[in-house]
Amino acid sequence: MKIWRGEGSAGEHVEYVVPIDAGMVVLDVVHRIQATHAPDLAVRWNCKAGKCGSCSAEVNGAPKLMCMTRMSEFATGEAITVSPVRTFPLIKDLVTDVSFNYEKAKTIPPFKPKPKDPDGKRRMYQEDVDRVQEFHKCIECFLCQDVCHVIRDHEENKPSFSGPRFFVRLAALEMHPLDTNDRLDLIRAKHGLGFCNITKCCTEVCPEDIHITDNAIIPLKERVVTAQYDPIAWALRRIRRTGPALPAPSVPPSKEPPSA
Amino acid sequence: MVPERRDLWWLEPLVIVVVLGTFVLYSVYAGLANANYFYEPYLSPLYSPCITANCVHPHLPIVGSYWNLSPAILIVAFPLAFRVTCYYYRRSYYRAFFWAPPACAIPDARKSYAGETRFPFLIQNLHRYALIFATLLLAFLWWDTFLAFNFNGRFGIGLGSLLLLTNVVLLSGYSASCHSLRYLVGGYLDSFHRASLRYRLWSWANWLNARHARWAWASLVVVGLTDLYIRLLSMGVLTDLRIVF
Repeated sequence: MKIWRGEGSAGEHVEYVVPIDAGMVVLDVVHRIQATHAPDLAVRWNCKAGKCGSCSAEVNGAPKLMCMTRMSEFATGEAITVSPVRTFPLIKDLVTDVSFNYEKAKTIPPFKPKPKDPDGKRRMYQEDVDRVQEFHKCIECFLCQDVCHVIRDHEENKPSFSGPRFFVRLAALEMHPLDTNDRLDLIRAKHGLGFCNITKCCTEVCPEDIHITDNAIIPLKERVVTAQYDPIAWALRRIRRTGPALPAPSVPPSKEPPSA
Repeated sequence: MVPERRDLWWLEPLVIVVVLGTFVLYSVYAGLANANYFYEPYLSPLYSPCITANCVHPHLPIVGSYWNLSPAILIVAFPLAFRVTCYYYRRSYYRAFFWAPPACAIPDARKSYAGETRFPFLIQNLHRYALIFATLLLAFLWWDTFLAFNFNGRFGIGLGSLLLLTNVVLLSGYSASCHSLRYLVGGYLDSFHRASLRYRLWSWANWLNARHARWAWASLVVVGLTDLYIRLLSMGVLTDLRIVF
């Protein structure tokens, strides 16, 4: 196995030869190398079950979770290359600085629920839960962010493009039946939805099988079209604005919960 | 930057270039030929609806006999716009022709990239209008298919009838599985509660949409094959297999 060793921008692939056992995954081999050959090898990991999203890397050039990549996928004797994710700055060996994602997360307006029903409760219906449930499977491994060519190949786009993970988050909020925040202009102008050319690589690498492009990004694009580009939708909005004011909601506003 | 991928990542863009390129070249030839597009009772889908007076099989002769060019030129913009702005085809041709990117984790061909934020790619946002026009054309294709089972007043089934039927079913499936349609029939709602019809329509559109790529490719290939079959019949190269009752 050839593993990227280095800090900052300097480094190279270093080859290690270790025996493997049946059932091992790439992360197991990395740990064996760490235990037997390279105790200073830096690797981020946690659950070893594909649920924490920590061990993202590029195995033979493909963005993957190391803990979910079985060694049996490779032919006997095949050289396996393990590199850090390329989209984010390298800290050391296989560990990168993914703080870009946390900064982007801060720019998303949080959930702002509707007032409660007269009985003091808020209700969601199963069909509405089903749609947004998919988005909540995200484990924040950032493989979709890594593979997205908008920021992977064009560093200059990072300030104006948030990436697929945050379109999933934004879709979950925008389609939430109880949310009242309107983020559509923000999605277009600040999060850069128009940069996405829907080449679906984010969907291909998602270890949770979230249909990022079809179910999050494209529906968001359609909502942005209605809000920004569709001339008939624009005309209808103009007509409605000049029409009679809508009656005030009969439900009195209630005190909002301290947090979402 | 040298990609580390060692698999056959180039195969998919290559296949797309070959299949899509072949279809485009063939349809340009067939559309401009202005001949061999009708063989009783079959009309090529590339020429439907025929809206010129000079057409061999006019549907709506709203364009007078002054138009001597191919009638296909007048209608090709609608199905073309539908395919060009289609979310699935965008994925395919951005990868295969623009190399943006050619495959996942393979570097883009260009140094700068603005996606669909600028003209002309901003026009992609009007896909829903292309859907509406393409759907209107479907009505003519269904009518052509109905006529394709009528052999001089007698019901019959020919290979051409079956091809036209397959073609219109696939094109209808392609339109019904459209991402924009899924949005327009109900996807725009935040809550489906108290919108049971729209929820049902959205659910069906969802099911179809998950297979949108298959509808897209199958309908593309069959449109070309249907035109080719009718063209070869009209040229006398083939004889139609048919049973007339």
